[in-house]
Amino acid sequence: MKRLTEEKTKLVLEKLTKYIGTNVKLLLDRPDGVYCFRERKGRVYYVSEKILSLASMVNPDKLASIGTCFGKFTKSGKFRLHITALYHLAPYVQHKIWVKSSAEQQFLYGHHISKSGLSRITENTPQYQGVVIFSTNNIPLGFGVTAKSTMDCKYADPMATICFHQADIGEYIRSEDSLI
Amino acid sequence: MDVVNSILQNDIQEKDPRKSTIVNKDAEIETDLGTLLALDYNALNLKALKSQPEEYLRSLTRDNVQILINKIWELPVERVDEVIVAKLPKQEFILPRARQIPKAKPLTKWQQFAKEKGINTKRKSKSKVKWDEELQKWIPTFGYKRNKAIEQKEWLVEVNNEDKAAENLFANAKAAKEERKSKNELQRLRNIAKAKNIKIPKVGLPTKEHFADSQQLSQAMTIARTSTASLGKFQDRLPKEKDAKGIAKQVPGMKRKAEEVPRNLQEEKKRNTNLADNILKNNTKILREDFSVPKTKPAKAEKNKKKGKKAKGKEIKKPKAGKGERNMRRKVGGRKRR
Repeated sequence: MKRLTEEKTKLVLEKLTKYIGTNVKLLLDRPDGVYCFRERKGRVYYVSEKILSLASMVNPDKLASIGTCFGKFTKSGKFRLHITALYHLAPYVQHKIWVKSSAEQQFLYGHHISKSGLSRITENTPQYQGVVIFSTNNIPLGFGVTAKSTMDCKYADPMATICFHQADIGEYIRSEDSLI
Repeated sequence: MDVVNSILQNDIQEKDPRKSTIVNKDAEIETDLGTLLALDYNALNLKALKSQPEEYLRSLTRDNVQILINKIWELPVERVDEVIVAKLPKQEFILPRARQIPKAKPLTKWQQFAKEKGINTKRKSKSKVKWDEELQKWIPTFGYKRNKAIEQKEWLVEVNNEDKAAENLFANAKAAKEERKSKNELQRLRNIAKAKNIKIPKVGLPTKEHFADSQQLSQAMTIARTSTASLGKFQDRLPKEKDAKGIAKQVPGMKRKAEEVPRNLQEEKKRNTNLADNILKNNTKILREDFSVPKTKPAKAEKNKKKGKKAKGKEIKKPKAGKGERNMRRKVGGRKRR
């Protein structure tokens, strides 16, 4: 369990701001206790103070995971969010996309969202903005990046990609072993 | 009656050997007063030319010059000191020139500076020789005779300062003169380079053009110092020189200062919030402020884009050979085969 260096913390926070913008401060400054980032084997964990102290009892070699895994550092030094971070992203996200129930499954299999699958989108979403994808009954399904802004979506043809897939909850099954 | 009179007068004039100032020509003569040029386009009288060439040409020239002078008299005339003067207008006829008009010499750096500051650089005529009180003779301002005279004059140097007594003052003076000479040569060459627009490497201390800020300068200095085979181990440091920050990774052998470990989680949290604040403040790329304005124009713009793409596609088309037909004259793109 390592503390993140300043550079790495910056990378993580920059990535998070792409999705939740100014709400990133709410993740750091929480009323229910102190939360911090810890790194182990290139994975970044978001841990509360309580759990951290408990984890110190466990032999670090045997420890599989603590807190929430937010993502990992790639070999080239970039930070990549994992689907496990969705639980913390979804409530704070500023731009959302709702998909039709028919397109839900397509997305959960790892496909991009085309316009035909789009049900609703937050107004004034710019292009290449990080968004969280919700089902019609407001269950977060994953996250991605918009391929078109809200204005462009209106005029796009039905098969055009609206949102690029980055992670979805189907990964819990599909890539169970690589997630942690 | 007037008409008859004028005709009679003309008749008389034509017969008169002392011709009048009025010259009649079939076609109007073209004149350019600026260059005092007259162009006569009338056909020559070949008969007269063959029989009396000298006479004919003289009379023709007289007539034409007369017309030119008549034109000059039409100009506004002034009287200056009993002489009648007319100012000629600007020339219209463009005289062909064998060579280019010489360009003005580019100013040297000093001349330019003097011009900007309004310093009068025009030298008063300097006499070639100057009277020297000490030697009691005329000394030339330049040349070998002057140098010899100065050698005579300065055969002895007074030493005011005891510390300087040990030094060879003659050698010092000679070295200083060499220095001045080489400086002048450098400036001369620099002026030539400037006039011909040749870029030359800058000499002297680095300026703002080299390094935008002090951090860059200190980084460059550190890297330069450590760029020896022994990683700068035997290089002397300048007074107060410190290693540049943030380049420990690039410079071998330089130790990175470890980040200060936060004492407790509260401090770590504080640091992280500060970091987040900085990111939110600085990174406009992540948060584009003006969401209300769409970045691209929909529908119509897209159509245009497609058209543009098609046109581009044609341009990049891969060069093909003659498709079986051999045409040596046709120019075909592609690789040159030897």
